[in-house]
Amino acid sequence: MAKKKFVVGCFNDEAVLFPAVKKVRTSGYKIQDVYTPFPVHGLDHALGMRETSLHTAGFIYGITGTTTALSCISWIFTKDWPLNIGGKPNFALPAWIPITFELTVLFAAVGMVLTFCYLCQLAPFVKKHHFHARATDDLFVMVIECTDKTNTEELTAFLSANGAVETDVQFVEEGWWIGRYDKDEMPFENKQIAAA
Amino acid sequence: MHLKYESQLREPLVDGDKDYHQVTEDIVRPIEAKPTRLWYIGFYIAAALLLFGVYSVYREVTYGIGQWNLNKTVGWGWDITNFVWWVGIGHAGTLISAILLLFRQGWRTGVNRAAEAMTIFAVMCAGQFPIFHMGRVWMAFFVLPYPNTRGPLWVNFNSPLLWDVFAISTYFTVSLLFWYSGLLPDFATVRDRAFTKLRKRLYGIASFGWTGSTKHWQRHESLSLVLAGLSTPLVLSVHTIVSFDFATSVIPGWHTTIFPPYFVAGAVFSGFAMVQTLMIIVRKVFQMDDYITLGHIEAMNKVIVLTGSIVGVAYLTELFMGWYSQNKYEGYTFWYSRAYLFSPYGWSYWGMMACNVISPQIFWFRKMRRNLFVTFFMSIIVNIGMWFERFVIIVTSLYRDYLPSSWSVYYSPTIWEIGFYAGTFGLFFVCFFLFAKYFPVIAIAEIKYVLKTSGENYKSKVGHIEEQPLEAFVHEHAHHH
Repeated sequence: MAKKKFVVGCFNDEAVLFPAVKKVRTSGYKIQDVYTPFPVHGLDHALGMRETSLHTAGFIYGITGTTTALSCISWIFTKDWPLNIGGKPNFALPAWIPITFELTVLFAAVGMVLTFCYLCQLAPFVKKHHFHARATDDLFVMVIECTDKTNTEELTAFLSANGAVETDVQFVEEGWWIGRYDKDEMPFENKQIAAA
Repeated sequence: MHLKYESQLREPLVDGDKDYHQVTEDIVRPIEAKPTRLWYIGFYIAAALLLFGVYSVYREVTYGIGQWNLNKTVGWGWDITNFVWWVGIGHAGTLISAILLLFRQGWRTGVNRAAEAMTIFAVMCAGQFPIFHMGRVWMAFFVLPYPNTRGPLWVNFNSPLLWDVFAISTYFTVSLLFWYSGLLPDFATVRDRAFTKLRKRLYGIASFGWTGSTKHWQRHESLSLVLAGLSTPLVLSVHTIVSFDFATSVIPGWHTTIFPPYFVAGAVFSGFAMVQTLMIIVRKVFQMDDYITLGHIEAMNKVIVLTGSIVGVAYLTELFMGWYSQNKYEGYTFWYSRAYLFSPYGWSYWGMMACNVISPQIFWFRKMRRNLFVTFFMSIIVNIGMWFERFVIIVTSLYRDYLPSSWSVYYSPTIWEIGFYAGTFGLFFVCFFLFAKYFPVIAIAEIKYVLKTSGENYKSKVGHIEEQPLEAFVHEHAHHH
C-alpha cells in the first residue's frame, strides 16, 4: 500500500478537543480519525460519523438463532425421531423455550462480536500504525490526511493555536497487516520499576 | 459541549488527585512490577489444591463413581451442590457488568472487570461437576445434539438437564466475549507502555491491534450495550434453568414454583459475597483503595442485605407452604427433615438460616456496611451459608424417599468428593491469581470515562455550582447547548 502523509495533533483535554475538531472541520480539512484512550461521548457526531448499525446485525443474528433452534428441534422431535415421552405431544413448544432463548442469545452475541472484529479489522496478530503511543494513555490524537494542496506548516500552526500540545507530520501506510509490536518505540523503557 | 456535572452529594467513585495518566499508572502497576511473596504463596497453595483435585478426579474416572459416597437415594450429593454453588457465584459478575450498566450505576466501573473474571472462572469450576458426575466422562459429548450413527438418536430437548447444557455453555461463551471485548482497549494500553519486547509482543497479540479510533469506540459502545442487554435476561435464565433441574421433578422439597426467583436471588447473594472477598483482597494487595472505595463496598453490602432478605422470605414461604398445602410428604420434608434441629440434617438447615438470613441483617447499619473486617468476615459466612442452602435442598429432599427401607444410610462425602471440591477452589484461585498479575484488574478506559464527573479532585471543583441560585446556574450553562 502506498504511503500517505498525515498531520497529527495531540490534545490532552477533551474540552479543548471538541472546539478544535469543529474548527478544523469548518476550515475544510479532512479529519482521518481521532484516537482516544476512552470513548469520548459525542465525538462521533462531532466528526460527522453516522450511527453504527451493529445492533441491527445483532438482531438479525438473534432471530437466526431463534429459527435455528425452533426448526431443528421441531424437525427432530416431530419428523426425524418422534419419541413418546409420557404420552405428551411431540410438538412440545413450551418445553423448547429455554433452549430457543439460549440459542437466540448465543447467536446474537457471537455474531455481533465477530462482526465487530470484522468491521474494525481486529484480530490476534494484527498490527496497525500508531500515530502516538500515548493515544491509549492520556492523549486525544487527531489525524488529518494531507492532499497535494495542504500546507503542513500552516496546518500544524493552526492545530497548536487551537490547543494541540504536540504536533507532528508522518508518512505512513494505512490499514493493517500481520505483525508484531516488539519493534515499536518504548516510551517507558527506562522507567524505574517500583516494587509492588 | 455537553454539561459534565455530578452532585457533590454523591460520593466520588475515584479518590485522590488523579489525571488520566495517573489512572493508567495505578492500574497497570501490578502488571509491570514483580509479584510479591504473598502472590507466590497464594498461587502455590492454589496450585497444590488444584493438583489434589486433579488426583481426586483421576480416581473417580479410573475406578468409577463409587469413589464417592452417593447411594441409591442420595444420587446427587456434594457434586451437584458444588455445581449449583459455583454457578450461583458467577451470577454477580454478570449482574455488575450487565444489569448495573443498563441501570446506569456508575460504581460498577471499579469492580466490573474482576467480577466478570470471577464469573468466568466460577462457571469453569461449576461445569466440572456435572461432567464428571456422568461417570464415563469420555462419553460427555453425547449430551450435544449432533447427527450420529446411533439412529440418529437425539438428546431429549424436553429435559431440564439438557436445558442446563445449553444455558451453562451459552452463559460461559457470552460472559467470555463480553469480558474480552472490554479488555481489548486496556490490553492496548498495557501494550503501548510496555518496556520489554516480550510484553509488547504478547499484549500486542492480546489487544487484537486496537488503536482507539473513534469509529471503533462507537461500535465498541454499541457492542457493550447490546451484550449487556443480552446478558441481563441470560443471567436470569441460567439460574432459573438450574432451578428447573429441581422444580420440574416431583420430589418433595424440590417441586416448588418459587424456585426460579428464589434461586436467582440466592445466586446474586452468594456472588456478591464472593466479589467482596476478592475485592477486599485485591484493594489491599494492589493498593487499589482509590478505585475500590468504601462507597463500592457499601453499595455491594446493600445488595447483599437485600438479596439475603429475599432468600429469607423464600425460606419462610416454603415452610408456610409445607404446612398450608397439607401434603404430608411436603410437611415431612420441610418440618422434619429440614426445620427440626435434631433430625439427621437439621444442623445444615439451621446453619443455612444463621448464615444467610440472620447474620446479613447486620448490614442495615451503615457503620457495618463500611467496615472492611466485618464485610470480609460476612462475605465468607454468606458463602458458607449458600453452600449449606444447596446441600439442604439436595440432600434433605433425597435421603429419605418414599421407601422407608432405604432410609438408614447417612450420606457423608468421601475424601475424593471433598478433594474434587477443593480442586475447583484451586482452579478458581490459580485462574484468579494469574488474572490479577497479567490482566488490568480494573477497567482502565471505563475509569477514565467517569473520572471527570466522579473523581474526587474534579468533584471538589464543582462545589460552587451547588451553592449558587438556580437562575445563575441556568444563565451560566444554558448557552453551551
